[in-house]
Amino acid sequence: MLKIKDLHASIDDKEILKGINLEVKAGEVHAIMGPNGSGKSTLSAVIAGKEEFEVTQGSVELDGEDLDEVAPEERAHKGVFLSFQYPVEIPGVSVTNFIKTAINESRKARGMEEMPANEMLKMIREKSELLDIDRKFLSRSLNEGFSGGEKKRNEIFQMAMLEPKLAILDETDSGLDIDALRIVANGVNKLKSKDNAVIVITHYQRLLEYIVPDFVHVLHNGKIVKSGGKELALELEEKGYDWIKNEAVV
Amino acid sequence: MAYTEEELKKELETKEYEYGFYTDIESDTLPVGLNEEIIIAISKKKEEPDWMTAWRLEAFKHWKEMEEPDWANVHYKKPDFQAISYYSAPNKKPKYNSLDEVDPELLETFKKLGISVDEQKKLAGVAVDIVMDSVSVATTFKKTLAEKGIIFCSISEAIQEHPELVKKYIGTVVPQRDNFYAALNSAVFSDGSFCYIPKGVRCPMELSTYFRINQAGTGQFERTLVIADEGSYVSYLEGCTAPSRDENQLHAAVVELIALDDAEIKYSTVQNWFPGDKEGKGGVFNFVTKRGLCEKNAKISWTQVETGSAVTWKYPSCVLKGDNSIGEFYSIAVTNNFQQADTGTKMVHLGKNTRSTIISKGISAGKSQNSYRGLVQVNSRAENARNFSQCDSLLMGNECGAHTFPYIEAKNKSAQIEHEATTSKIGEDQIFYCNQRGIDTEKAIALIVNGFSKEVLNKLPMEFAVEAQKLLEISLEGSVG
Ligand SMILES: Nc1ncnc2c1ncn2[C@@H]1O[C@H](COP(=O)(O)OP(=O)(O)OP(=O)(O)O)[C@@H](O)[C@H]1O
Ligand SMILES: [Mg+2]
Repeated sequence: MLKIKDLHASIDDKEILKGINLEVKAGEVHAIMGPNGSGKSTLSAVIAGKEEFEVTQGSVELDGEDLDEVAPEERAHKGVFLSFQYPVEIPGVSVTNFIKTAINESRKARGMEEMPANEMLKMIREKSELLDIDRKFLSRSLNEGFSGGEKKRNEIFQMAMLEPKLAILDETDSGLDIDALRIVANGVNKLKSKDNAVIVITHYQRLLEYIVPDFVHVLHNGKIVKSGGKELALELEEKGYDWIKNEAVV
Repeated sequence: MAYTEEELKKELETKEYEYGFYTDIESDTLPVGLNEEIIIAISKKKEEPDWMTAWRLEAFKHWKEMEEPDWANVHYKKPDFQAISYYSAPNKKPKYNSLDEVDPELLETFKKLGISVDEQKKLAGVAVDIVMDSVSVATTFKKTLAEKGIIFCSISEAIQEHPELVKKYIGTVVPQRDNFYAALNSAVFSDGSFCYIPKGVRCPMELSTYFRINQAGTGQFERTLVIADEGSYVSYLEGCTAPSRDENQLHAAVVELIALDDAEIKYSTVQNWFPGDKEGKGGVFNFVTKRGLCEKNAKISWTQVETGSAVTWKYPSCVLKGDNSIGEFYSIAVTNNFQQADTGTKMVHLGKNTRSTIISKGISAGKSQNSYRGLVQVNSRAENARNFSQCDSLLMGNECGAHTFPYIEAKNKSAQIEHEATTSKIGEDQIFYCNQRGIDTEKAIALIVNGFSKEVLNKLPMEFAVEAQKLLEISLEGSVG
């Protein structure tokens, strides 16, 4: 589904991604770990098409199509979803209004009719129940004054509504309390199928106990320096990153 | 507001000013220039009584001694007042019993504006009094209103048929010599609307008027007078569109509102005069004087969405004369390209326990300048006056400007005045966030701007809110990217 080949990306002439190779197939869960500043969020932004980053070499392909010329909103229409590490606030725009606009824009791009209001309402009800979100919350301005955990839960709510093909969760676990973590992880698991894929970016093993990855990758200094199965996450939890950094140097 | 955004989007495919067409209807235009003869001629054409002619001439006398103000934060080439024609009316006499009698070209124009009388008639509860150039040409719903004793007609008609009301109230809120443009308007006003709501009557529908400039080189000088008698209520809508033309067009309206004891007037405006092209050429100069007077326990709300005009100079105000009276001002002002707007309000607290609220939202894009100018004045006898003001500015890009000039004059110690101001910028991160959810940049901006303006949009009657959202989107198209 997603094929990243020798991807280099920079911002203001500063190279941040230095040759990433990654393949994600339908039905898989990949975890990306790595020290602060190693380029995890940058990688997710580049996959999502953020134009501030310049791809200087290599490619990102989705279902065989090179995304280089594809605008961020079109990537979204093709089923790419990014749960932001730092979701932004949009004052005066309610969660409901926002998600309704997002869904209908995507449908329009796919040549579909707008979603009828009752269907939309039904879906909102289902998904907010799935993620244990209070309905009152949905009429509040998007992310404005939300607590850290509320923001993350709201990202996953949007994901649930949009039903993406490829979801990238950038530190969705940070800020969530223990119960919320379980609820959100369950939500993600319920949405998983053999047709979609998830990339989980996290610092903690804990989330991976719920969302069990097929592969774990370690990103360091703009490169994937180690890949393995779910045991790798445990090993990292125990030993930290130094041994990998050292290994990478050697 | 949900369904509207989609509908709007469809209509927004074209980027140029939508209403930039020109209707070719024979007009009856006076020679250019301004002097006593012209004023007498205007008055005569309108078959006005002598007192009205005299009132105009008196205004003209004041005007000659006044100078065009230049304290506002706007820069433009001053109009040559002697190069303007002060009267133009569609030629075929505008007394129709049915639509069939109306000039088909005129109907076509209304259709292009999306406000065909036919359509409006069907629209639930909206009575329309359309001002085409200077003379009212269509009035509907009159009968329903008449049954309640409500008078809603052109001001010319009111001068003929209700002279006692006009004579009693005209110029009482905005005197002839109030300011340069008001004096000019008082001398040459061509037409406008008049509305009277009798004691204790709640006007059952929104009253609306559409204004439109349509004659090359014709200034527009509407005069509107709304009187809400004791304990009555009325909601009045005013919407403007103008065809695009090369030379600047002057627009200097006067609106006077009178809310007697316990009465309430809601006055909403969507203003979309031609703003000039992308290079800043052309566009309407809009110098408006709007003021309302509140007697005891009365309330006046001004709500405005200003997206048009090359230059806007406009301060809808409330004089809170009666005890416990309330004044409100809700405004969205959008400027793009080279537009300049200096707009705001004046709340004059004279009575005890008077309250005022000011919510101003300024949106600037392109190379435009957007200024809020507000005065809160508390008289020495106005015990316990309260004001809350909030002025928010939203900037798009780095070349535009937002300015806030709040003035406070409190002569009574018991006054409570609160002022809040914020400035924000549409960020790349906000846009990317929307893009990531499948919302393209143009739509994202519309969404962000709508969110920013929501408090004010919510104050508009439903059908007007739709129009207003549409205008916000049109005015900001192509401003990012
Ligand atoms: N807009 C930018 N301008 C300049 N440098 C940037 C920009 N965005 C990211 N960087 C730099 O790129 C590097 C990678 O950042 P990134 O956010 O991708 O790290 P991360 O792996 O997600 O870290 P964390 O675990 O802290 O979230 C950092 O050194 C960061 O300072
Ligand atoms: Mg990060």
